[in-house]
Parts: sequence; structure tokens; C-alpha cells
Amino acid sequence: MSAREDILARLRERRPDGEFPLPVLPSFPGIEGDLVAAFQQNLAAMGGQCVHLPDREALDPFLCARLGASRLIRTSTDELPGFARTDAVTDPRDLENVHTGIVRARFGVAETGSLFLSGRELQVNTIAYLAQHLVVLLDPAAIVPGIADAYLRDDFTSTNYVSLMTGPSATADIEGVMIRGAQGVRSLTVVFAKPIFTDPTRPADARQA
Amino acid sequence: MSAGTDKTKPVDHAGAAAAFVADTPHLAFHDRRLWELRQKRDGQMHVIPEWQELRSLASAIKEHTLSRLADYLEQFEAQAKARGVTVHWARNAEEHNATVLRIMREHKAKTLAKSKSMLTEECEMAPFLERHGITITETDLGERIQQLDGQAPSHIVVPAVHKLREDVARVFARTIGGDPNNADPNALAEHARVTTRPLMLDADIGMTGANFLVAETGAVVVCTNEGNADLSANIPKVHIVSAGIEKLIPRQADLGVFIRLLSRSALGSPITQYTSHFRGPRAGAEMHIILVDNGRSQRLGEEDFWPSLKCIRCGACMNTCPVYRRSGGLSYGAVYSGPIGAIINPSYDPMRYSTLPFASTLNGSCTSVCPVKINIHDQLYKWRRVIAERGLLPKNKALSLRIAGYVLASPRLYRLATGAARMAVRHLPRALLYSKLNSWGRDREVPAAPKESFAAWAARNRPVKR
Repeated sequence: MSAREDILARLRERRPDGEFPLPVLPSFPGIEGDLVAAFQQNLAAMGGQCVHLPDREALDPFLCARLGASRLIRTSTDELPGFARTDAVTDPRDLENVHTGIVRARFGVAETGSLFLSGRELQVNTIAYLAQHLVVLLDPAAIVPGIADAYLRDDFTSTNYVSLMTGPSATADIEGVMIRGAQGVRSLTVVFAKPIFTDPTRPADARQA
Repeated sequence: MSAGTDKTKPVDHAGAAAAFVADTPHLAFHDRRLWELRQKRDGQMHVIPEWQELRSLASAIKEHTLSRLADYLEQFEAQAKARGVTVHWARNAEEHNATVLRIMREHKAKTLAKSKSMLTEECEMAPFLERHGITITETDLGERIQQLDGQAPSHIVVPAVHKLREDVARVFARTIGGDPNNADPNALAEHARVTTRPLMLDADIGMTGANFLVAETGAVVVCTNEGNADLSANIPKVHIVSAGIEKLIPRQADLGVFIRLLSRSALGSPITQYTSHFRGPRAGAEMHIILVDNGRSQRLGEEDFWPSLKCIRCGACMNTCPVYRRSGGLSYGAVYSGPIGAIINPSYDPMRYSTLPFASTLNGSCTSVCPVKINIHDQLYKWRRVIAERGLLPKNKALSLRIAGYVLASPRLYRLATGAARMAVRHLPRALLYSKLNSWGRDREVPAAPKESFAAWAARNRPVKR
């Protein structure tokens, strides 16, 4: 008998007695009111920062001023024509020396300050980890209240890789001292900005999804 | 990385714990740090009104899944295969390790970058692969410290929690360079970063564990903080996932329960920095999942002990346990330590781990904090009975328990014994009272004995009217 058949047969033979129905998941009342403020507060607790810009036109000047011309910058969004793209990269190792990566999150989660980033948004997954710093564009209208709300969406099955990222990489493995910047990015900054190119297949407002 | 040396003898938990207790600075930090995690967990719990309902849901979902585990594994396998994942099955540690080695050899791979996985510890995979010429890099900082020090992890979430910063500085200086006298945690973590990232960039194959396997979507969910798991999985051309078969959950929506509970219970943070979902390989890459039984199907058939398979490895039971906090994970001489280890390990080897279910005050705190409501302290008690019935108690403990049972069964003997004890505590010289004969007098003052027993007091003040 193969290991597979053997294991499955043993599990069927030894299953616990009794009925164990799969519970229906209730909907708990979550964060109400200002989701952007809640998102910002909860992300700050996980070490991430948020930036509000007066308008969409302020984005490029803001990024240029913040990042400086000498830095190696890669972006995975097609809305920043002034920056080099990641999709020209084939080997994930090639992003090793990137100073800052710029990506757009599909949506955010207010409960935890998390950002939904999939292989589609990242294009090369390592951009979010090998870069020293990460800037994430987020549409303030695309914030869902809770983690449970996020998992009701079908975005999780749209690509092979999805990460909910909440702040920069961190460790407290030495005497519990919190250190931001473990193996992945050292900082994570969310810039609230509506997307210029909207995907007509996706509703702009995640709460209506 | 086996924790003990002689596998034919029971683990000397009390002896190892005594050595840990004797080292005051380490003990004080360990106790304080783990209690801080417990308090942070409580803080998270208090801001979620539905916390107890989430625990009930998590428990019910896990019990349901375990009762139909074979069906859900088949569903998961079909979903994963449909996305191009190669699914392997392993009855035991040997089959798991052989599968990893076979994949490595098929790719002529020499180096493996891995993130945290208690299952690979359980399978003693590292020494096996090293014997076959594979170089393994643990990429989680705590695991890396432990690997470099040649020690097993002492905690399932914070593997090097028993070490002080000076210990880490010395381990690094000895193994990967650095100043043994610079114990600044920032400098140490930075040193680990700059020395580990190149090893991940050069690794032939990457490996992660799994926190959850979603049957409905075929997703492997990995919850980490350091970014090392996502680097290990996303850089090399091959990603191997080692997962115990009990990691299954039925639906994606169930993650809305478990993700809310896991990191809050483990570290007292609302979520891990990275909650990553792998459903298939990147373009041009390979993804393998090894589904490992290694004793789990056996435990599923044990009426009293199968609920321990609900465990999501958060470590909350360890952080809250007064015995764990004051004895250190390594004293358990097993892959899994603390209360959960004390009920999991005996199912592998009841003789070797016969002492562990006694490393508890049965205060029930472990059960109270468990996010999936495992009846840990009940199981501790039931394991004690199994161990006694199988004759696995040490002789002195078996004898004293037999005498205690005899005395407690007889009201007359009980009154005689308590009377004698009261007299002894009041009148014996200290040299005798705090000698080896009285283990209750070790490391503490025996409470003052009352002049008379409760029974005598009651007979005088509350005479029974006949």
C-alpha cells in the first residue's frame, strides 16, 4: 500500500466517534466609522507608517523627494512611469540591491493595518522582501474592516501567491527587543493614493465587493 | 536535533530544571519575558469582544476537520495538484526525510534555506540531511541562534528565549564572527541579517513549514514576522513545504477565525508581519508539499488524547505555565516542550517522556489560554494515569503515591498522618525539617502548622447534633 493510501485508510479507521458539525461562521460587528484612521493606527502598532498627500499629482514629487535620485528604486505598478519597473527582471535575486520597492496593494485591512499584495501586484515577489524599504500605494477607499471580511473575498484565489503584509519585517528573538528590519524590508510606508488606472473588472470600493 | 542523549531512559526533567533554576539571571529573564507575552496576549484578547466565541469556533472547526481528515486531505491534494504542486505523503519521519533528500538529489541541490518548522525538528531532518552532504541554513533568527549553538529550539515560537543577549553575542563570535563583547540586540540582529541573506540568495532549495492548509483552495498558509520564510520560498527555484496532516482547515473563510487568534495568542500582536498564502509554484519554479503523519493517525484513534491534534502551535500554554517559565524548554528533553509538549511527547514514547505529564501543577491555566480549547490539564492528568498503569513511574514516586492512596482512603489513617505532620512541622528541628527527607521543604519555607486540625476545631465549635 502506498503511504498515501495507508495514511488515509488509518485516518478513516481511527476517526473519532461522534458528530462534529462544521460551524456556520457568524458575522461579528467589526470596526465602524473611519476605516482609514483605524488602519493607520493599527499599522503604526506593527511598525508601519502612513502618508496622506493633498492630491494624486503630489505623488511623484513626494516619492522623488523622499527617495532621492541616487537610490536604486523599482516599482511594480504601471502608474509611476518615472521609475524603473520590476517586470523587466527575470531572476528574483536581481532585486537584491534595490533600495526601495514601490508597489500598490489591492486592498487594506483596518483591524490589523494589513496590506493585500499578491503575485499580480508584486510581479516579482521578492521586491517586497529583498528591497531595503517598501512603499505601498493604497486607495483609501479600498480598506475592509476586518480580517474575516478579507477572507470572504475571492482575491485570495486569483494568484498562486498572496501575502497580507503588516508593517516591515521584524524580530524580537533576542531578549524580546523589537527590531524592525529582520530579513525583509526595514521600513514600510503606506501612501494613500487613488489608482490612476482602474481595473474595470474590480470595484474601486472594496467595501462594496 | 534530538534534545536528549540516552533515549532508553526517562527524561530527567526535574534534574534539568534544577540546573536552570540555579542560574538566577537566566531564570529571572525567562520567567519575566514569557509572562510579558502572556500579558500582551491578554491585552489583545480584551479588545476583541467575540474572543471566547472565536475560541469555540476554532475548536469546533478543528474537531470537525479531524473527524473527516481523510476527506479534507484528498480535497486539499486535488486542489494543490490542479495548481501544479507535487504532493508527497510520508508515514513517518524516515519517509519525510527520504522525500526531502530525493527532491534535493533530483535537482543536484547542495544547500537548503529553511524557515521555522517544528515538524522538521520532530523528524530530525537536519542531522539526516547533513549526513548526506546537504548544508542547511536556519533563517529564522531564533532558530539560527540555536542551530549555530548546536541546541534544539527551547520554545516553539521564540526558539532562543532562554538565552540572554550576551549568550547570543558569544555564539555569533564563535561561529559567524562578530565582537563577543558587543551584546547590543540591534547589532546582533543586523549581523544575522547580513550573514543570512546571502545564504538565502545562494540556496538551491527553500523550505517552509505550514501553519494552515486550506482544503477548499489548496493554500499553504505561513505566518511569520522576519520575512525569512517568504525569501526562502520566493528566491530558489524549488519550494518544499513540510506539513503535518493535522494542519488542515476546510474553508478559506475559516482563516478569518484562526488568523485572528494565532498571533494574538502567540506573541500578543494582532497579526504576524507576514501572513502568506502559497497555492502553486511561481512561473518556472517548482513547489512540493510533503504531508506527514508521523504518529498523528495513531493519536487520532486515542479517545482521551486526540484533541491535542487541534493544536495550532501558538505557545500560549507554555508562556502561561509556571513550571515551563521556571524550568526552560530544554529541560523537557523533547521537541515539544511546556504543557502541549507534555501531552504530545508521551504518545510517541511513553517511557522516555513519562516524567513530563508530572511537570505541571494542574492549575489549568494552559487550558484557559488555549485558542483551540484543548483540554490540556485534563490530558496531563490522564497521561499520569496511563503512565502509572503501565508501571512507568519511578519507584519512589510509585511507592509514595501508593502510600498516599492508602492513607487518603482511610479517615482514621488520614487523621493520624495529618496529626503527625502538624506535630513534625511545629516541633522538629530545622536541620531535620529542611533535610533531603522532606521534598516540600526544598527551596521554600514550610507554612506554619496550626495548633489543631480543622476536624478538631469543627468538633469543638460546630458539634453535629444527632
